[in-house]
Amino acid sequence: MTMLSLSSSPHHHNRRDIGQVMRLVCYATIPGILANVWFFGFGILIQVVLAIITALVTEGVIMELRKKKTERVLKDYSAVLAALLLAISIPPLAPWWVIVIGTFFSIAVVKQLYGGLGYNMFNPAMAGYVMLLISFPVQMTSWLPPFSIAEQSHSLWDAIHTVFTGFTSTGFSVEQLKVGIDGTTMATPLDEVKTALLQGYTVTEAKSHIMFDGNYGKGWLWVAIAYLLGGLFLIKTKVINWHIPGSMLASAALLSLFLFLLDGDQYASPLFHLFNGSLIVGAFFIATDPVSASTTSKGRIIFGAAIGLWVIIIRNWGGYPDAIAFAVLIMNMAVPLIDYYTQPRTYGHKNKASKDS
Amino acid sequence: MTLTVFALAAIALLALIFGALLGFAAIRFKVEGDPLVDQIDAILPQTQCGQCGYPGCKPYAEAIANGDDINKCPPGGETTIRELSALMGVEAKPLDAAHGVEDVKKVAFIREDECIGCTKCIQACPVDAILGAAKQMHTILIDECTGCDLCVDPCPVDCIDMVPVEVDSSHWEWKFNKVPVGDIPIRQMS
Amino acid sequence: MFANYDKIIERISLNQLWDFPGGVHPPQQKTLSNQSSIEYLQVEKTYYVPVKQHIGIEGKLLVCEGDKVLKGQALTTSEAPFSVPVHAPTSGAVTKITNHVSAHPSGIPELSVIIDADGQDTWIELDPVPDYAKTSKSELIERICDAGISGMGGAGFPTHIKTNNSKPLEFLIINGIECEPYISSDDRLMREHAWQIRQGIDILVHILQPKQVIVAVEDNKPEALETMSIACQQKINYQVVSVPTKYPAGGEKQLIQVLTSREVPANGLPIDVGCIMYNVATCYAIADAIVEGKPLIERVVTLTGEGFKSPKNVWARLGTPIQSLLTYGDYDQSQQSSPRFIMGGPMMGFTVTSMLTPIVKISNCILVPADNELPHPEDERACIRCSACSDVCPASLLPQQLFWYSKAKELEKAEEYNLFDCIECGACAYVCPSEIPLVHYYRQAKADIRNQKEEKEKSDKAKIRFEARKARLLKEKEQREEKHRLAAEARKASLSTDGGGTKDKIAAALARAKAKKEALAKQEALAEKEALAKQEALAKQAPHIADLAESEKTKAVSVSEVSTEVVASQTAQGASPAKDSPEDDAAANEETKEL
Repeated sequence: MTMLSLSSSPHHHNRRDIGQVMRLVCYATIPGILANVWFFGFGILIQVVLAIITALVTEGVIMELRKKKTERVLKDYSAVLAALLLAISIPPLAPWWVIVIGTFFSIAVVKQLYGGLGYNMFNPAMAGYVMLLISFPVQMTSWLPPFSIAEQSHSLWDAIHTVFTGFTSTGFSVEQLKVGIDGTTMATPLDEVKTALLQGYTVTEAKSHIMFDGNYGKGWLWVAIAYLLGGLFLIKTKVINWHIPGSMLASAALLSLFLFLLDGDQYASPLFHLFNGSLIVGAFFIATDPVSASTTSKGRIIFGAAIGLWVIIIRNWGGYPDAIAFAVLIMNMAVPLIDYYTQPRTYGHKNKASKDS
Repeated sequence: MTLTVFALAAIALLALIFGALLGFAAIRFKVEGDPLVDQIDAILPQTQCGQCGYPGCKPYAEAIANGDDINKCPPGGETTIRELSALMGVEAKPLDAAHGVEDVKKVAFIREDECIGCTKCIQACPVDAILGAAKQMHTILIDECTGCDLCVDPCPVDCIDMVPVEVDSSHWEWKFNKVPVGDIPIRQMS
Repeated sequence: MFANYDKIIERISLNQLWDFPGGVHPPQQKTLSNQSSIEYLQVEKTYYVPVKQHIGIEGKLLVCEGDKVLKGQALTTSEAPFSVPVHAPTSGAVTKITNHVSAHPSGIPELSVIIDADGQDTWIELDPVPDYAKTSKSELIERICDAGISGMGGAGFPTHIKTNNSKPLEFLIINGIECEPYISSDDRLMREHAWQIRQGIDILVHILQPKQVIVAVEDNKPEALETMSIACQQKINYQVVSVPTKYPAGGEKQLIQVLTSREVPANGLPIDVGCIMYNVATCYAIADAIVEGKPLIERVVTLTGEGFKSPKNVWARLGTPIQSLLTYGDYDQSQQSSPRFIMGGPMMGFTVTSMLTPIVKISNCILVPADNELPHPEDERACIRCSACSDVCPASLLPQQLFWYSKAKELEKAEEYNLFDCIECGACAYVCPSEIPLVHYYRQAKADIRNQKEEKEKSDKAKIRFEARKARLLKEKEQREEKHRLAAEARKASLSTDGGGTKDKIAAALARAKAKKEALAKQEALAEKEALAKQEALAKQAPHIADLAESEKTKAVSVSEVSTEVVASQTAQGASPAKDSPEDDAAANEETKEL
């Protein structure tokens, strides 16, 4: 039977739905992941696969329990993206149960217990990361040196073996894989500098370590650049706005520049901060998570800038060498307040649409 | 000993000061009347239908102020309950079915050729929305009718109907499932 | 009067316009329909002319069922300021005046004049203005009103109201933007009838005396820009401006912002910032009305979308059912799994509820999209707060907040976030990745708020009436008691003064009362007859009833001396005291009330 269909305008849509947006973000991480594989081995791929499987299973089961349209929800790719972001944030050869627990926590607790997509207050990946970092500090800080300065290299099979058993197929432990060509156990560049500073060295002295290539950690620089490319792709395709990454990188750079000028021995340079650790990933992929970020243009600038400040503050004076997760979570909490006070002026209205009047 | 006396004196002094302060505040910030009742009354729909069990909206407002349930007003329905719950700081409950169910808006209509002019409905109408005199046909002032239903029962010849108010396009609430069906059946898309 | 006039003129002459925030760039699809010239249609068999086709109130009907009408004959007349007449689209007979499906998203039937054409298409005698420049403004405005012209761009605001301006006017803006995708009716009109549009502008300039005329055309219509420029080139203070294509640049407020950087204040009108805006089609209609004397009975309608085999623009008479237009455009049913006809464009148009929905003054387009052209909406997902909507909102609202509050029915909050500044352009829903029909939620919330406000007014009125009634009843009761008290005192006094004569007096009083009662019974029987006779007339004339109630009262008072006490006690007992006959009961009750 023919039925006259009625619907409310607009009848037009730009045909970019959540699934497509999330997929684009996933694609944008590919250069970074490839760079990571190139320099640090196949571990990250295993983590990504594990995380995505865990996320899909967790989300699917919860959707079934909540009697929602499971297929439609899974197709929004939000769980996949959260899992992917968590997977690229943890050490590549962390035991399999770390990423499984972390992803489960991200999806089940941080996202679904708060009401599912759109209702979570915190960034699921970062909340999961922080939970893991606090619960399993050893596993979560076992970063590998890039192949160029590692004593042992490992194959894809080694990586799988290590993730599931703790040892490579030839019997090396993660601890042994962390040993560099100079015979010492390697850490991340940020870690190295932090430890050196605590031991009374200057930043310049710390950077004389073999893991550094001038200002940047070997391998880490290229990974950061690869992620930067992905991020610029996202801005180009208008998946994200420039506001959050722009203000976040700018504020981090400005504060670190100020500190660097104040005391170059104690505080590392802006470029060091920008290209070591996960500031780039954080700026383009993590802080821009729409659900938990600020929604107004001005608000996004404040939100990003504040994260940048927190990152530098925690890196310099806090207990952790990198700080993206904490900074993002702190600012997630401030989002409602930021949004409230940064409402744009509506057309034809004199002052802000603030409800104080 | 002196310490105890000192402490007692200090407490007594404090009590005096705060007492005075409270007394001053009571006079200075005195509120005329009972604004709570008025606030509640402003939320109620003023149909004066008495379905809540009170003779009119104001009495029910007073009852709510004295702790009665907020879910006894069918004409106000869910909206009123929600507003009352916000005002009173109590939890919103579903409408108490004992007092009736939420219905579409209606007005009374007198089938005029059957009216015998008994004036009973005129007396029953809480808002004087019926025009007429003894032995004269009565008629409803539609604009004043609150749809309270109170005139229907007293009518000895049952010539009063409650008719639903017809929605015109300017009052349409954008509900496509309530569109009058024309020559082709209609499927609602969103 | 406004500070930046000279700067605006300078920037316009350099074509350095301003911009409005947000906006989207949907695929234009204009070439589908704008390739051929506007076609004339044959006369229809039947026209359905809604009495109200504009914002305001309907005119008073001038015709009855069965009347013969000529083409252009007024069917209604404007009585109130905000009413605009409608005219017969062709000559023929009025077959019916009844409710017919409306050109409104709800399709709720509205009063329409249904005309069967006689095929002659005979014009009524036309009465053009020989020289508008020598005609008074008020007469021109009256003629515009009588020609039934209301804004043809979409809102349908009565043109004569807008034209009757006494405030200082700087810019007369002629809106040829047509920013909605698909629609090309204004485009074709400007290309083919630029000269007549110019005539309409001249008339408006004569009436309004603006400092500057700006004809704004979007830069995706180069041919229209050219023809309008040629038509306007002789006039120094006419400037044809090319506006960058961005939806919704054609919105009144947005266009004013683009051209002048001024913002129409909330709850204000464009004239508050020295601007008045007319659509090009309205200008064309004004020229028709003044120069030719023709009322508004037809307009250009775009038939477009892949559902038409031959999309085009046509001159459609007002009242043409869309069914016939579908035939003219070769509607291809195979393109649609379920028929969907959009009146207006893809962004702001509405789906019609019937094939007989008539073309009205604001219908600029019939869009029949193929299924894959404008896909049917999918289920909405949760809002992910991505704020893509607020990035494109031309009014700088926060659509995601409005959505939240509208959906949760927190209407007060929605209003605080300026829900009523939403122009319903649909840009937010166009970009929403969760495919939430945002505008639909806003419309529902707006309707709810409007209805609630009306309810509130009504309930306030009911409260006042209820309290007035209570006070009246109380006063009556007090008066009655006072009367009783006085009567009792008088009796007591008379008893104490002369004990002997009292009994006689009582007997006499009783006798008097009896006589009165008999007389009254007769009188009542008479009155009843009279009343029956008058009943019909009374039903229509409320004040008359009041008079009668008055006479009833005097009657009642005479009875009262005897029966007041009985009645009072009865009414005190309950609403329906047991009595012998309803008539008696009525009289008694009436009496208590009137007392």
